[in-house]
Amino acid sequence: MEETTENKRTETELYIHIPFCMKKCLYCDFPSGAYGSEIRRRYTKALMRELLYQAERMDDCEIATIYIGGGTPTWLEEKYMEKIIRTVYKYFHVSPDAEVTMECNPATAAEKTLSLYRSLGVNRLSIGLQSSDENELKTLGRVHSYGEFLNTFQYARNAGFDNINVDIMTGIPGQTPATLRKTLSDVTSLRPEHISCYSLIVEEGTPFYDLYEDDVKRREKGEPTVELPNEDQEYELGKIAQRYLAEHGYGQYEISNYARMGKACRHNIGYWKRVPYLGVGLGAASLLDNIRYTNSRDIYEYLSKVEADDFPIYKDAEAISRKGQMEEFMFLGLRMNEGVSRDDFEKTFGVSIDAMYGGVLSKLSADGLLLYSEGRVCLTELGADLSNYALSFFLFDEEI
Amino acid sequence: MAFDEKHIRNFCIVAHIDHGKSTLADRMIEMTGVLTEREMQDQVLDNMDLERERGITIKSQAVRLIYKADDGEEYIFNLIDTPGHVDFNYEVSRSLAACDGAVLIVDAAQGVEAQTLANVYLALDHDLEVLPVINKIDLPSADPDEACREIEDVIGLDCENAPRISAKTGENVRDVLEAIIKYLPGPSGDPQKPLKALIFDSLYDSYRGVIVFFRVFDGSVKAGDRIRMMATGAVFDVVEVGYFGPGRFIPCDVLETGMVGYLTASIKDVKETRVGDTITLDETPCAEALPGYKQVHPMVYCGLYPADGAKYPDLRDALEKLQLNDAALQFEPETSQALGFGFRCGFLGLLHLDVIQERLEREYDLDLVTTAPSVVYKVFKTDGEVIELTNPSNLPDPAEIDHMEEPMVDAEIMVTSEFVGDIMKLCQERRGQYVSMEYVEKTRAVIKYIMPLNEIIYDFFDALKSRSRGYASFDYELRGYEKSDLVKLDILINREQVDALSFIVFEGTAYDRGRKMCEKLKEEIPRHLFEIPIQAAIGGKVIARETVKAYRKDVLAKCYGGDITRKKKLLEKQKEGKKRMRQVGNVEIPQEAFMSVLKLDEE
Repeated sequence: MEETTENKRTETELYIHIPFCMKKCLYCDFPSGAYGSEIRRRYTKALMRELLYQAERMDDCEIATIYIGGGTPTWLEEKYMEKIIRTVYKYFHVSPDAEVTMECNPATAAEKTLSLYRSLGVNRLSIGLQSSDENELKTLGRVHSYGEFLNTFQYARNAGFDNINVDIMTGIPGQTPATLRKTLSDVTSLRPEHISCYSLIVEEGTPFYDLYEDDVKRREKGEPTVELPNEDQEYELGKIAQRYLAEHGYGQYEISNYARMGKACRHNIGYWKRVPYLGVGLGAASLLDNIRYTNSRDIYEYLSKVEADDFPIYKDAEAISRKGQMEEFMFLGLRMNEGVSRDDFEKTFGVSIDAMYGGVLSKLSADGLLLYSEGRVCLTELGADLSNYALSFFLFDEEI
Repeated sequence: MAFDEKHIRNFCIVAHIDHGKSTLADRMIEMTGVLTEREMQDQVLDNMDLERERGITIKSQAVRLIYKADDGEEYIFNLIDTPGHVDFNYEVSRSLAACDGAVLIVDAAQGVEAQTLANVYLALDHDLEVLPVINKIDLPSADPDEACREIEDVIGLDCENAPRISAKTGENVRDVLEAIIKYLPGPSGDPQKPLKALIFDSLYDSYRGVIVFFRVFDGSVKAGDRIRMMATGAVFDVVEVGYFGPGRFIPCDVLETGMVGYLTASIKDVKETRVGDTITLDETPCAEALPGYKQVHPMVYCGLYPADGAKYPDLRDALEKLQLNDAALQFEPETSQALGFGFRCGFLGLLHLDVIQERLEREYDLDLVTTAPSVVYKVFKTDGEVIELTNPSNLPDPAEIDHMEEPMVDAEIMVTSEFVGDIMKLCQERRGQYVSMEYVEKTRAVIKYIMPLNEIIYDFFDALKSRSRGYASFDYELRGYEKSDLVKLDILINREQVDALSFIVFEGTAYDRGRKMCEKLKEEIPRHLFEIPIQAAIGGKVIARETVKAYRKDVLAKCYGGDITRKKKLLEKQKEGKKRMRQVGNVEIPQEAFMSVLKLDEE
């Protein structure tokens, strides 16, 4: 962390996890579930205790961004959410111009609830839509219709949200270029400030994995698939979205994120730039003083630890070595279209990027995966398409 | 501690695989009280990890037991354990030379099997007295009378006095110990004559140098003696002599006529103590050496390369040490464009290859790349020269070749009648020439074929097992060479020929093999940034082709703060995958791909 002679606080991000949903989507592998009201009550109480515990230790931090994610934060009772937001503002040093995002799913928030949150300081809303095609919504196990999304979007605007993100998805089973274009045109015509466009990843342990395991394996080998889009189709769908969004005024600033001018998500960028962050709640991760702490993903374990006052409650703590920091600097930074700055690398580590990664940079650039020029290093479009392959070269052979 | 020859028995146990040899050895060790029950581990004699895991005995081991017999006297038993698999016949032969008698175990449920016969004939070749023992009488399917009749009919051994036992439960095992005293001879030799001892095994110990295992035929040897190896002429001062406790060495003062034991003499160079050589005293040598062992000839060759080129010297050292107690292993340096510096190694068979490879990897911590095995072909050139080809890459230009010959074996397959049809079909597919079929019993037949060895070395065992649901047993013996239409199949990856993937194949099956090889390699080779054609070619003419598509998309789409640890793990996995690859041109080929040719018939 920077040392300052003035009374300047360290810029820090805050993530708050709300692990509750009306129903878990079939592809979701985040720590979340359709828990009952008693658990929601206990969780809120526990979360407040964790916030208070952390607030005492964060006195020298200025909270620049807050992200309330889930789960579906708007599925939590309004009175609980109100308490949480008020607690944060009361006990943390929240910057006056902080970006404060809340995730939201269609049909889970009334207009007056959104107005309340807006008045409490939430100034950015992220709405999970995924698709405007009703069949695709059903396939994904979403609980809402496209019509309900339109209502929620309108409520948000009415409530005064002038910074809205909409999540959409490519690679949904059954998705075609036509249905994707329809989703893109439906969403962009609403002119949200930000669009996150993820390609569906079938994660082990989700119902989707059980449904599509064979297809996943076929796709890895480049073989024809049965239900999932095959590799060429998946690639094509991604490209359609990328081009469409660019043509409609949404600039790509990260592998999966697009925004209108000046509306990139600051919280998100903080992760790629390794700004310190504090995560509270189930499964939340923190990066403080180059130590990464992770809370338990098991809700009962989390609750019992907090309720027993067993602080600190993190389950894992990993001190990140100097080489580990360099690795992260590269593989996180290169997710952004602007890539990483040579000066920043040298300033952070006291050694030039070429001294550490010269061979890798020239190999990847010879393969057409990476550009390095003047002050910056970034992935090419090909490099971004194959980012796992390209970024794996930035790992060192052994930890020091 | 002086024992005369009448109170010594040097013997081994021979049996078909799984008939209970190691179990009986364990039981005998237990009953002679060398170890307490608590010290007993299952299969004490099999002390290599690999052996215990696979449940087979690879390396011969010896152990000395003291047995107090019913006649009230104490006897020394030197029990020498032998491997059962056909690939290890030469090991059996070495062990037998140190023995005066053999205990033959026959499974009461299965009766005489292919390797029962092979081992008995080996024992009789060495003039050993053979004592039959019927084992596994505790099994519900046991039929000891039938087993005895088979032994008498097929082998011609009298089974009247054969103990009927269960090595597993220990039932009647004492009868075996008594029968050994009664029916097996003690050693004959002259204690007054100069030392004459036969080396039957050895191993390398980093502290003590070479440890020589031997049997004293005449005279005696003790620490301080100056000994001479008769074949190599090397002279050493004995540091220690001793005998074999279960799993360890026990030093003693002297080893006398008829005894089996070991010696150390600060022997640094493994080459100076040849298995089969005769040890005598430097000052008063014996008149003539004992007849050594029959030199064994490797039948299967393959290239072994260190995955990390810098480990080449380590691989050489490891091979030298293994060769010390594995006379059948042969190797010489070779180089491959694809794999760098390595060795062309000769083995007795596929299991032997497998075992050596695993021992190198486990005991010597080497990461190896193995090329497809090949047999030795005879290449008759137009200029009259004859080449013995062990590496397909060295095949001369076709224009210089008059004709080629390949090794043939006499194959003998024993199988229950229901599978006869399938097994015969398999043999035909593998270019077998039918010789005969005989029913040894109502339900069991012995099928004989003449087969090309190169059809056997790939996956014949596996195919045989799967087509007979594990019931077939198989044995083969080299028969000689036959003229054959053979071609070299080359593999091109990304238009570059990969020498280590070439193999020799029968012309008639070349197309099929080439096609399967391309399919297999397509599965093994990971996708790259560019498309990779895989081609099979004969003499420059492409006969099959597959393509590994370029990969287009590999992204972790969502990634928030907490995902970073997971993200890194994913990247690490990707990086780890790259390490097990060999770079050939600009294509990375996984090490396993070089063995692809072995798996062509897998479903």
